[in-house]
Amino acid sequence: MLILAIDTSAVASAALVSDDAPEGVLASFSTEDTRSHAEVLAPGIDDMLADAGVTGADIDAIVTGVGPGPFTGLRSGIATARTLSFVWGKPLYGLMSLDAMALEVAESTSAVPEFLVATDARRKEVYWARYSLADGQLPRLVDGPHVGFAAGLPDLPAYGAGAGIYEDVLRADPDFSAEQPDALYLGQFALARLAAGEQLPDSTPLYLRESDAQVPGPRKRAL
Amino acid sequence: MNRTQPLVLGIESSCDETGVGIVRGTALLSNTVSSSMEEHVRFGGVIPEIASRAHLDAFVPTLQASLAEAGVTLDDVDAIAVTSGPGLAGALMVGVCAAKALAVATGKPLYAINHLVAHVGVGLLQAGNSLPEDALPENLGALLVSGGHTEILRIRSITDDVELLGSTIDDAAGEAYDKVARLLGLGYPGGPAIDKLARTGNAKAIRFPRGLTQPKYMGTADEPGPHRYDWSFSGLKTAVARCVEQFEARGEEVPVADIAAAFQEAVVDVITSKAVLACREYGITELLLGGGVAANSRLRQLTEQRCSAAGIRLTVPPLDLCTDNGAMVAALGAQLVMAGIEPSGISFAPDSSMPVTAVSLPA
Ligand SMILES: [Zn+2]
Repeated sequence: MLILAIDTSAVASAALVSDDAPEGVLASFSTEDTRSHAEVLAPGIDDMLADAGVTGADIDAIVTGVGPGPFTGLRSGIATARTLSFVWGKPLYGLMSLDAMALEVAESTSAVPEFLVATDARRKEVYWARYSLADGQLPRLVDGPHVGFAAGLPDLPAYGAGAGIYEDVLRADPDFSAEQPDALYLGQFALARLAAGEQLPDSTPLYLRESDAQVPGPRKRAL
Repeated sequence: MNRTQPLVLGIESSCDETGVGIVRGTALLSNTVSSSMEEHVRFGGVIPEIASRAHLDAFVPTLQASLAEAGVTLDDVDAIAVTSGPGLAGALMVGVCAAKALAVATGKPLYAINHLVAHVGVGLLQAGNSLPEDALPENLGALLVSGGHTEILRIRSITDDVELLGSTIDDAAGEAYDKVARLLGLGYPGGPAIDKLARTGNAKAIRFPRGLTQPKYMGTADEPGPHRYDWSFSGLKTAVARCVEQFEARGEEVPVADIAAAFQEAVVDVITSKAVLACREYGITELLLGGGVAANSRLRQLTEQRCSAAGIRLTVPPLDLCTDNGAMVAALGAQLVMAGIEPSGISFAPDSSMPVTAVSLPA
């Protein structure tokens, strides 16, 4: 099974993940910055497909990160994934973006049985979720995703750029203090869950915050 | 690529309408629009984040409906065009990302085009009220009035030579309608509500200011002032608020219909007088009226009157092509293809303040 995975919840990234490929990965790319998704994502995917010699017809499913993440960036990936899925006629799934980093943590030497994943939510807040990890299992989401101040998070080891920014109040793992969710791990997570016969959710974004719009109150009368 | 009668698919998402339109050369095949206007009603104006969320969910269904209505498949399409600016940044982003994905998935060339020039391009579609085929270079102008913009343009070549002669320096005219409608308790969108009520009011009962018309802003034809062809509507909105307050402070009933009529007269008078002035001074003899406020009955009436008095031929496309839509993007895209202009590629960034001098982005 060949999956095209896309995530733009923080940086822009995409990957071709397959259970036939060595290490499970055919190709991948990710950017450093969090603000140029609309420019770099489509060329990145186009080059990646060309380099891997893969066309839309070869792909079995598309997986997109559905956040949480800054809204405009997040939508870049979902809009891209939905359109590719429509044109190629391939199934589309949405995975929570923090799951990608949970899997990266699980596959690292610093894995612990209970941990947090946190990314930057701007406005002095983080997006976060709590995971548990049993030997030989995929990480399991036990709480979240949420958005809130770092100081309000459970007292557990914390992984990801959101933890790195607030290392003064979180037990941030230094090896992960600049890490962002990556489509590479998102695709592998999806592949593992599909292989286990699980149903995956759709691509509805997890915004967690409403738009900032205020309904205007009644105009004050001059009297 | 077929460059004589290209089949072009256009995508629009710069404000609150998700549009996908399809044209073949200058023939309109489909024009599908999904609007999030209802979701903005309780806020009294377009909320960018709400519009962007709506674009994301509306895009694929709108694309599907437009293809079905045109009776074509993506394989048939020669080129894709998308609004890359100006407009709301987050809203543009959705259409641009979707258009790029469409280009990646189909291998079709993509044109990143200017929303304002697309409002002019729609006038070239053979749709009843199109521009005459002999609209000569250098004599074509466009007056665009909507909730998002208010501009007068000169078009020497629709594909590579467009000049901004004047624009609003603060609110768009449609925005002023929305704000004043709210002041008068008339709801959203303000344009149709004020237009309707104004018919029962006396426009001469109150006189509201015409922004940027003092000599220091206007100058003379030989020595134009800094805002000779520009508009400003924020002072007008304040004047209306003041006026309402004065009636209330005196304990009198607010003459809502008269205020609506006088406000509308002030907007329409200053828009048309400056537009016609610009046309005269730049030798423009063909004027296209575009944008959603082209639906306003008084604006159409006064523009027609003043254009005919000045010897200017006025074209107003059908209303569903005046408001934001994908067909206008496709129409301009087709002009670019037919003129042999190269596509933009897929690396461009949307530009919320894209100038009209950029008709399409270079690769
Ligand atoms: Zn417009």
